[in-house]
Parts: sequence; structure tokens; C-alpha cells
Amino acid sequence: MKILVCMKQVPQKDAPLKLNEAGTWIREEVSYEVNEPDAYALEEALRQKEKHTGEVVVITSGPARSQQVLREALAKGADRAIHLEDDAFVGLDAFNTAKAFAAAIKDEQFDLIFTGLQSDDYGFAQTGVILAELLGWAHATIIMQIEKTEAGIRVKRELEAGYFQYVDMPTPAVLTIQSGINKLRYATLIGIKNAKNKPMRKVAMAEVASAIGPNLQKIERLYVPQKSKQTQLLEGSPGEIAKKLVDKLRNELRAI
Amino acid sequence: MADTILVVVEQQQGKLNRASWETIAAGQTIAAATGWALEAAVVGASIGEVAVEVAGKKLAKVYAIDAVVLGAYTPDAFAVALKQLVEAIQPKLVIMPHTYQVRDFAPKLAASLGRSLISDCIAFRKDDTSGQLLFTRQMFQGKFAADVTFQSEAPWFATFQNGSFRGDHAEDGAAPAPVEAFAVTIADGVVRNKPEAWFKEAKAAVDLTQAEIIVAIGRGIKEEKNIAIAQALADALGGEVAASRPICDNGWLPMDRQVGSSGQTVAPKVYIALGISGAIQHVVGMKGARAIIAINKDAEAPIFEIADYAVVGNLFDIVPPLTEEVKKARAGA
Repeated sequence: MKILVCMKQVPQKDAPLKLNEAGTWIREEVSYEVNEPDAYALEEALRQKEKHTGEVVVITSGPARSQQVLREALAKGADRAIHLEDDAFVGLDAFNTAKAFAAAIKDEQFDLIFTGLQSDDYGFAQTGVILAELLGWAHATIIMQIEKTEAGIRVKRELEAGYFQYVDMPTPAVLTIQSGINKLRYATLIGIKNAKNKPMRKVAMAEVASAIGPNLQKIERLYVPQKSKQTQLLEGSPGEIAKKLVDKLRNELRAI
Repeated sequence: MADTILVVVEQQQGKLNRASWETIAAGQTIAAATGWALEAAVVGASIGEVAVEVAGKKLAKVYAIDAVVLGAYTPDAFAVALKQLVEAIQPKLVIMPHTYQVRDFAPKLAASLGRSLISDCIAFRKDDTSGQLLFTRQMFQGKFAADVTFQSEAPWFATFQNGSFRGDHAEDGAAPAPVEAFAVTIADGVVRNKPEAWFKEAKAAVDLTQAEIIVAIGRGIKEEKNIAIAQALADALGGEVAASRPICDNGWLPMDRQVGSSGQTVAPKVYIALGISGAIQHVVGMKGARAIIAINKDAEAPIFEIADYAVVGNLFDIVPPLTEEVKKARAGA
């Protein structure tokens, strides 16, 4: 099976984020990491390859710093990488990102494309589904299990409120992967060493520019959300805070 | 043709979900701000009764897209059916609840029309000076909010997060809205996925929805062995331990302890969030709690936006003495 995994670099979960002066985006000088659901998507692709043989290719778009997620993926066992490298990729909406990916892989023939179910920055949860539409492929979202069948694949979709569902579908297909589908592996030292020699194809904005258009949606303003609730801040030493909380639990919340 | 807003409601086996009423309320709010007419669409098989139920709300019209092929949800059939409706009636704006099902087909639907979807919105506002329609959505896991506008020609597509509008605010109409059948053509071969029936994994051992007090842990608990600290507090309070998704993904707690969009939705008397950042996917499952106590070392954590009581500090310093104080208080009570 030949599998493409779409990955994204996002600010670290506990990184303190600050707004830029225009209030349209964050200041970029923060620590980054791989978008968590994408790490699970990669792991699933590696497991499928180990089971059925084939190739795992990873792709991302973003500035030079985002190459780190591809390097990590290669160290974990991906075979090669595609980097759409330009600062401008950060500002693309989901439709344009999907169009750019579709253009970058037009000469490839994948059986499956995996994405994480959504990103921790924009949180669109759209790029994978749009990519399927652009390619004319079947898709399924929020996947917790994938098995190869004679006719294609059988996947387990997570639904709301603890429900699941099996879906049989043909390949090629796009699947968006839920966190927790598997256990993530760590890169080994030998893996990290080998990664240096694996192919990394760079794709400039100019190569895909004809495939994308103006963004169809625009962030007018990014801001710290207004609090809708009155919050009491409890301060002091741990012992004092404990006493204050018990007082609230007993006298205001009637929970003790 | 007058400008319209189309609300696509969601039904399963002839029953509308709560998010559908909320989306109708959202549509009524947007209709009031824009002066556009509000219509709804029901999609499925044998949905006549649902369409009549929806028509009781203050709407100009309800479209019933009733076809056998729409009985078991597939993204192919839903996207194709709704594309045909949208092309026929040309609404300015199409809104839907941000459910797992809508997430599955709405980006495809919008893309198939060459249009954009603003997903997971929590609010809508019309700017009085510019006349722009601003759709507010959370970004960076709820740390920021963004006001987003459409930059293309209509139709525009937006989905609203659960709880963004109140379903009980959806106004009834003076008289039932007319229900109009809309026939769709879905050719053989269009639907590629073969879905099976829904099922639940092993029966849940704990029903968190019945718990009066929940002590919930997130990534801040750091290690599996530290769960004992939270368990001790829960035991002292007579409550249950719950968790955000990453804890259950790690296998540290069973999935039936998970609160959030993919887990349980709870509304206890007291929800104590320990080391939980407050990502949207978790918050939608617990924001209905009567009181939220949050303990987190990151003062910027979004959980504090919805907390009634906030403690900025290390949970490992605070929880053990808290447990002792609770025990003392209960022993003395």
C-alpha cells in the first residue's frame, strides 16, 4: 500500500501565545510541535506498511521550520517527504491548502491519504475531506481502525456519544485519523541517522500557485475571548487554597 | 429571488438532535440581523414526520429530501443531495450543526460548489458600520477567538458548535411552515461507502452523567501513577474520576471515563478540572456543569474562561492538602 500522510506543525500545546500587532495572527516566535492527530495518522500509516508492505510518504506545507515534522516522520520510518515550503502557506484556508497538496501530488499514485482529524491551530477539520473531493476519492472521517479487504478497506468510524460504525469502502480513499487509534512509537537513534539520507522533495509556492486562488474566508480579527463568566480567583499557599476551596464547596456549592 | 438562509437539520432514525434546534435558533438570529428569509431542510428516508415537526418553528419553508438512499448516512449521498437543493434554491447562507456527521460531509459539499465553509462557529454578528457578517470561531484550542468573513460569492456555508445557541430559544411560527418535497437524483455508483449499523463498545461501567461531583484530569496529571491523587480527592468528595481525551488515549483510564465531544456530556453539581487546558473538544462535554473549579499552572489556560473558581498553581501541591481538608470537613459535618 502506498500511503500519503498530511502533517502539520502547530504551536506547542503549552506554549504561551501572543497576538501580532495587527491582531490577525499569533507572533511566530514560539516553540512548535507536530499536530497531535497527525502523529497518530503517521503511526497508522507505518503500521499499515509493516503489515502489507508499501511506501509511506509524508507531506506538509509551511516555512522552513515546519521541515522538522517531516524529519521526525522520516526518523520514525516514513520513506520520503514532500515539503511545500513558503511562509505564505501558513495563511491559506483549508480549500487552498487542499488544492496545493493535490497539485503537489498530481504525478503520484497513492492508495490512501491520511490526515489528522483536525489541527490544533485553525481547527478547521476540513482539509482531508476537501482533498478527497478534489481528487474524486471516497473518504471517511474520525477513524479508529483500518483493515485491508479484497475490495478496498474496512474502517471503524467514531461517532458521537460513544457510538462507532464500520464502513466498507473502496480505495483510493482519504481517511482522517482520530487521536488514540494506536500507540505512538519513538524514533530510534538508527532511524534518526537514516532519516538524513531519505529523499525530501521541496515544492515552491510558484509550482502550485496556478492551482490555488484567493482565500475564500478571512480572519478579520484574532483576540483573546471575552469572559462570559465571573471567576473567583483563589490565591495563597496550597494549604490556604485548600481551606478556601473547602469553604466554597461547603458554603457556596453545598457539595460537602 | 429573495435572499435566504437554509438550515440543514440533522435527524437519526426520525429523531432530531438537540443541535438541530440550536441551529434553527442560530438561523433565526441571523435572519433577524440580515432580514433574510429562513428555510430549513431535512435529509433522510421516511422523514415526513420530522419535517412536520421542524415546520412548527418560525420558518418560511421546510424542504424534505426523502430518499431510500439517504436512509443510512453516507457523505456521498448527503453531499450530492444537498448540492442539488442548494443549486436549485440558491440560498445566501447554509448553516448546519457542527456534529460528527456534518463534519464528514459539509467540507465536501462546499468544495463541490467551489465555496467555503466556516466550521465550528460559536457566534454570529453583523457589523453595523461595514455591514459585514462576522462568524466567530475558536482557534488555537480555544486560546483565541477569531472573527471570520466570507470572501467569495454566495452560497456561504457555516457550522455552529453545540451549545452556541439555545435550542429552547428557537421560536415557534404563528402557523406551520409549508413542507415541500424536494426530489433528488442520486445515480447508481455515486455512493461508494457501505456503512453498517451503529454500535457501542462494551457497556460503560460508570455513568458519569449521573455523578454529582466529578474530578477530571488532563495532561497536567503527567503520569499514570498520579491519577491516584485525583482518585483520592474524588473518593473524599464522593465523586467520580473523569478525564480529557489524551488520558484515555494513553490507556491510563478507560474510554468510558472520557468527557468531551467524543465521550460523555456531563452536567454535575461540581466539576473539578485538574491540569485540563480546556480545549474545545473537552469543554463541550462539561460546560453545562453548575460549578467549575479549575486548577492549572498555566494562567492562560482556556479552562479559566469558563471556571467559576480558578486556582493558578501546581495541582500536585494543592490537591493533596485539599483532599485532607475535605476529609476533615466531612468528618466534622
